[in-house]
Amino acid sequence: MKKLRESAGFQSVLASVLSILIGLLVGSIVIFIVGCTSKNLSPAVAWDGIRLVFGGLFSTGRDAAGALTWGFNPTNIGNMLFRATPLIMTGLSVAMAYKTGLFNIGAPGQYLIGTLASLMIALGVPSESVPPAIIWLLAFFGGMLAGAIWGAIPGMMKAFLNINEVLACIMTNWIAANLVTWMFDISNFKNVVESTKTGYIYKTTFNNVATPKMGLDKLFPNSQVNGGILIAIVLAIGVYVMMSKTTFGYELKACGSNRHAARYAGIQDKRNIVLSMAIAGALSAAGASLYWLAGNTEFFWSTYQSLPGTGFNGIPVALLAACHPIGVIFTAIFMSMLDIAGLQLTNLTAYNEYITDVIISVIVYLSAFSLVIKMWLSSRKKKTEKTEGGSAK
Amino acid sequence: MTFLIQQTLIYAVPLMIVALAGVFAERSGIINLALEGIMIFGAFIGVWFVRLMQVVPLFEAAKANNHWLTLQGLEILAMLVAAIFGALFSLLLSFASVNLRADQTIGGTALNLMAPALVLFLIRIIANQNTLQMVSGDAASWFMIKKTTLGFDKKADLGFLGETLLHKVYLATYICIILFVVLSVLLYKTRFGLRLRSCGENPQAADSLGINVYRMRYAGTTISGALAGMGGFVYALTTTNCASNGDVAGFGFLALAVMIFGNWKPLNIAGASLLFGLFKCIAASYSSIDINGDGIFLLADIGISAHLYRMLPYLITLLVLAFTSKNSRAPKAEGVPYDKGQR
Repeated sequence: MKKLRESAGFQSVLASVLSILIGLLVGSIVIFIVGCTSKNLSPAVAWDGIRLVFGGLFSTGRDAAGALTWGFNPTNIGNMLFRATPLIMTGLSVAMAYKTGLFNIGAPGQYLIGTLASLMIALGVPSESVPPAIIWLLAFFGGMLAGAIWGAIPGMMKAFLNINEVLACIMTNWIAANLVTWMFDISNFKNVVESTKTGYIYKTTFNNVATPKMGLDKLFPNSQVNGGILIAIVLAIGVYVMMSKTTFGYELKACGSNRHAARYAGIQDKRNIVLSMAIAGALSAAGASLYWLAGNTEFFWSTYQSLPGTGFNGIPVALLAACHPIGVIFTAIFMSMLDIAGLQLTNLTAYNEYITDVIISVIVYLSAFSLVIKMWLSSRKKKTEKTEGGSAK
Repeated sequence: MTFLIQQTLIYAVPLMIVALAGVFAERSGIINLALEGIMIFGAFIGVWFVRLMQVVPLFEAAKANNHWLTLQGLEILAMLVAAIFGALFSLLLSFASVNLRADQTIGGTALNLMAPALVLFLIRIIANQNTLQMVSGDAASWFMIKKTTLGFDKKADLGFLGETLLHKVYLATYICIILFVVLSVLLYKTRFGLRLRSCGENPQAADSLGINVYRMRYAGTTISGALAGMGGFVYALTTTNCASNGDVAGFGFLALAVMIFGNWKPLNIAGASLLFGLFKCIAASYSSIDINGDGIFLLADIGISAHLYRMLPYLITLLVLAFTSKNSRAPKAEGVPYDKGQR
C-alpha cells in the first residue's frame, strides 16, 4: 500500500483527481453565487444545478411534481461515448506531442483540416460507382493524411528554423480556419436541400457514407453512438504500444527530453520532431473524421472566426491524463460526461451549458501547476517519512 | 478614401494596443497567450458597464439633452473599467507563472478557455440570449462623434482631414493612439521601462543589481492585462456596435501575430497593425471600397477572394517568422520561469 502511494503514477492520478474536484467545486460556487444574486434564479435552482453538474449523466428529467429524477439513462451514456470519440483523438494528439517535448496547440487547425479532407472525400466520391465502405476508408485515411501534412508544417519550422511551435501552431490554426471556410465556400457541398438551415454542409449519409454502428445502437438506444469509439480506443492502445514498447517511440521521447543528447546518441532529432508533429496532426484529424463521418453530424462551414472547441479540449484531456495514452481514454470520457451534464443543465434549469466549459478551464489552469501539487504531495511524503523514522529511533 | 482610412484605423487601433499589451508581458519575460481571453473578458465587462450606466439618470438625461461630453465621459469610464477588470483577470496568469512557476503556455490557454465560457455563461443569465447588447440605442447614437455633435452644420465641408478625423469617429480611437505613444515612451525612455525589459532579457543579472524580478513581471503582465481588457472593449465598441458575445474573432491571436511581425518594437508594431488593419478592412468590405471616388470598385474587380485577405495576416506572419528566425529579437528569457536559486 505504501509503495503504491509513493509511485509516480499514483501521484499523477491523485493530482488529476484533485484538479477535477477543485474544478467542480469552483463551478458549484459560481452556480451558487449566480443563483443567489440573480433575480430570476433562487438557491433552490442553484442546488438543482449543482446536483446536475455532479450527476448529470444519470439524470432522467423531472417528474410531475418538478423534482429532478435520477436513473440509468442509456441515451446519455451513448451520446457521452459519441462525444468522447473526437476528444480521445485530440487528447492523444496533444499527449503524444507533449511526451516528445512539443506543445501541440495546433490541434484545432489539424482537426479542421481533417474535417475538410474527409468531408470532401466522403461527399465527393460518387457512391453509385464506389462502395460506401471504400469511400469511408478513403475519407478516414485521407483526413489523417491531410492532418499529418498540416501538423508537419509547424514541426518543420521547429526542426529546421527553430521557431517556437506554439506560435507556428497558432498561425496555422487561423490559416486552417480561413482555408476551410474558403474551400467549402467554393464547393458544392453546401446544404441547400433543407432550406430551414443555412451555413451547413451535407450530412455524409447524403452520399450513403456513415460509420458502422457495430451493435452499439442496440446497447444505447436513441443515442448518436457508433463504432468510432471502438476505433478511437484501438488507436489509443496503438499509440501506447508505439510510445512505450518500440524503439521508434523511445527515440521520439528521447528527443523530447533532450534534443542535443539524443543527437549525440545518434538519433535524427530533426526528422523525429517533424514526425511526431505529423503523427499528432494525423491523430487530431482522425478525431475529426470519426466525428463528421458519423452520418448524423452537420458541419457549420463558415468557421473563419472561431476554432473548434474539440481541438482545444484535447489539451485538458491530455494534461488530466498526465499525457498517458490509456489515461486519455478515461479523461476524454470524463470531459464528455461534463458536456452531457451541461446539456442537462440547459434543458432542466435556467442555467446553461457554458458552466462546464468554466469547470474545464479551471481544470486546465490547475494542471498548469500540477507539478506544484505533485511537489507538495512528495514533500508531505518526505515529512511523514521523517516523523516515522524519528519514532522508530 | 476617407472610408478606407477610417475603417483601417478602426481595425488597426485595437490590434495596436493589444499588441503593445503583448510587448509589455513578453518584455518582462512572461508569454501572454491569454490576450484573446483577456480581450473577451474586457469587452464583456465594458459592455455590461455601459448597460448598467445607461439607466442611471445622469447619463439618461445626457443622452436626451444631447450632452455629448458626458457621454464621452461614460465611454472613457467604460474603457477604464474594462482595463481594471482585464488587469484583475490577468493576475490569474501572473500568479500561476510568477509565484507557482507554472507553464505559461498552459496557463494562458486556460485563461483563453475560461474567458469565453464564463462570459457566455453570464451573458445567457443576464440577457437570456448569446449576445449582450446596449439597453437602448446603439454605439453610433451614444458614442460616435459626428459633425453635428461638434456643432457644425450637417452639410458643412470640413475638408479631407476634417472629414476623415472628425466626422463619424470614436474618441476611444484617439485615446488608444495617445496611450500607445505614452506607453512606448515609458517602455524605452524611463528607468521603469529599462528595468522591465532587463527582466525579460536576463533576469539573473537584473536581480543581482537589486531589481525585484517578480514584481517587475507582475507589473508587465498587469499592464498587459489592462491594455488587453481595454482593447477588447474598444474592439466591441467600434466594430461590433458595443455588443459582447464571448468572441473577439481571433483579434487577440492576430495581435500576437502583429507583435511578432513588429519584432517586439512599438514603432514596427504600429506599422504592422496598420497593415493588418488594412487587410481586415479589405476583407470586411472590399466590394464597397471606392478608392478614388470615381465609382470604380477596383478591389472587387480584381476578384481576389475575401478569404485570402483574411488569411494573409497569419500567412505573412508565418513567412516572416520563417525568414527572420535567425535574427529574431524575441526577449531572451521569455517563457522561462524565474528561479532565484538557478545559475
